[in-house]
Amino acid sequence: MAGLTTLRGKVAGMNRVNVDTDQIIPKQFLKRTEKTGFGQYLFYDWRFLADGTPNPEFELNRPENQGASILVANDNFGCGSSREHAPWALQDYGIQVVIAPSFADIFHQNCLKNGMLPVVLKEEEVHYLLEKAKSASYELTVSVEDKTIKDAEGFQAEFPLSAYWQKMLINGWDEIELTLQMDDQIKRYEDSLI
Amino acid sequence: MGKTIIDKLWDQHIVHREEGKPDLLYIDLHLVHEVTSPQAFSGLRMKNRKVRRPDRTFATVDHNVPTVNRFNITDPVANNQMETLRQNCKEFGITLADINSPEQGIVHVIGPELGLTQPGMTIVCGDSHTSTHGAFGSIAFGIGTSEVEHTLATQTLWQSKPKTLKVQVDGKLGTGVLAKDVILYVLSKHGVNFGTGHIIEYCGEVIRDMTMEERMTVCNMSIEGGARAGLVSPDETTIEYLRGRKYVPSGQEFEETAEKWLALASDEDATYDKEIYIDASEIAPMVSWGTNPSQTAPVTGRVPFLNECANENERRSVESALAYMDFKEGQQISDIKIQKVFIGSCTNSRLEDLRMAAEIAKGRKVAPGVQAIVVPGSQNVKVLAEAEGLDKIFLEAGFEWRESGCSMCLSMNADIVPAGEHCASTSNRNFEGRQGAGSRTHLVSPAMAAAAAVNGYFVDVRKMESAEAVH
Repeated sequence: MAGLTTLRGKVAGMNRVNVDTDQIIPKQFLKRTEKTGFGQYLFYDWRFLADGTPNPEFELNRPENQGASILVANDNFGCGSSREHAPWALQDYGIQVVIAPSFADIFHQNCLKNGMLPVVLKEEEVHYLLEKAKSASYELTVSVEDKTIKDAEGFQAEFPLSAYWQKMLINGWDEIELTLQMDDQIKRYEDSLI
Repeated sequence: MGKTIIDKLWDQHIVHREEGKPDLLYIDLHLVHEVTSPQAFSGLRMKNRKVRRPDRTFATVDHNVPTVNRFNITDPVANNQMETLRQNCKEFGITLADINSPEQGIVHVIGPELGLTQPGMTIVCGDSHTSTHGAFGSIAFGIGTSEVEHTLATQTLWQSKPKTLKVQVDGKLGTGVLAKDVILYVLSKHGVNFGTGHIIEYCGEVIRDMTMEERMTVCNMSIEGGARAGLVSPDETTIEYLRGRKYVPSGQEFEETAEKWLALASDEDATYDKEIYIDASEIAPMVSWGTNPSQTAPVTGRVPFLNECANENERRSVESALAYMDFKEGQQISDIKIQKVFIGSCTNSRLEDLRMAAEIAKGRKVAPGVQAIVVPGSQNVKVLAEAEGLDKIFLEAGFEWRESGCSMCLSMNADIVPAGEHCASTSNRNFEGRQGAGSRTHLVSPAMAAAAAVNGYFVDVRKMESAEAVH
């Protein structure tokens, strides 16, 4: 996995609370056996009308949100099902960073495991960004090293990120490989069970 | 100071602890199904890795399986996913309860009934309703596919310890008020994220009085409140449920193991990061009216008015739910007409659930214009229910009696609620489109679902004859 240190990108806003993973990637698209190709189905039931044409009302279909790599959302983003297809779909669509006042636990974890960054900011900061995101040219710079988010107009916010995940993201490390190096310790634990 | 069962189990499973890192936790049991595992097995294969403990891994097919003509799978993509799991289990040496196995069923139904699920374990599965297994006094939580791969390869997971949350339900439940109503009531009171970052321990007289199947219903929906895991301390009810099951020890070894299990219960003086107290006398049969499980009201109640919303976020959420469900503000729950009924899912598809639904269905007829299906949680449940004649009661009343699987809980197979139709469902999520694009789900108990089926709209099951048998 490629490392993630800093990212500068366009921002799309989605001012909805409790966006569940059934909306992010509806169940009829979970039958694939690969990790790729889910972007076309992202937010399918919101993004497309019954006849398959794009719903012009939906946030990601608006002209100002085209080409966004940063999504700003509201409370409890990614709640519900544990399907990792949700971050896969966001990533495949082009979203690398999601900002919200809070995330559901499993979704939060699933993002990190795929080199995506879930950013928790204060409610007033998120509301500021949701307003700003209405402009087509609005961009943010996200630094994993400094744990900060900045715009070109003087906005700056720090976000929490554990030292562990900071290191994992920056280096793009394979977590399984690291754990396998601890095989002796796992073996010792297993021996103690008998 | 005493310890909670959560603290005890967590500490027992730490393989490695280091400042600045999550704990490396040992995983005792890994349950696998066809939808969230294929990419994990591909990952292993690409790096030439093995499954560390096939003996601690158990697989079944449940999400995709048809509930009629189950051996004739017409969806080629679903069929491919099942075939892929078959190949993966063969290649990596994992036991599979395949579609033709008498042990097949919803992964969260078969784990407990086979005795794979045991007190004191850490249990994971690539499914958020893994919290169900917490009913046995285990730390059981849903994981994504990357963590499925990590568990397959290492039998461990890196996890930061969640906070502890006590949910105590005091008193006695009234007649016709079931475990499902308890958890729906908790969600309606405390919202969809009260448990985020926490493991819940359910306790109090009501939980103690519950059977294991009822405790599973409660723990199952912990994730709907944002908690990855919810559990109940083991007691005699737990031990008696497990005695004689396939994968638990037998004879003297069982008695010795049972003693150890009982010792895992939370200490009397244990403290929690957060505590919630519920008075059972306030709980009525519940019906969800919105598009998340906290948008739920008593059957005697109504949908809210927008001016009752506490803040802007809630208002937006209620507004969009009303539009999706095609409801007016203040609408009475008892005025909601239904066209579909689904009795099943990892929340409510066990023998006791089917018995309670059958009590209400007995001698009555499904209302005209309503399609009602009963989907047992496993082949075992189906056999036991048929031995009691429950299938005949349902069939005589006009319900359809199906084969086991996840079915209409998430409608990955052919069991779909058409757009615009309302479904009384014993499942766990009423999200937009969950039961099919445009479907409108109402979460209820099995007794309430059967009552809705025979009336065509929601009625208070406590007012029906034979309701006294439902408790």
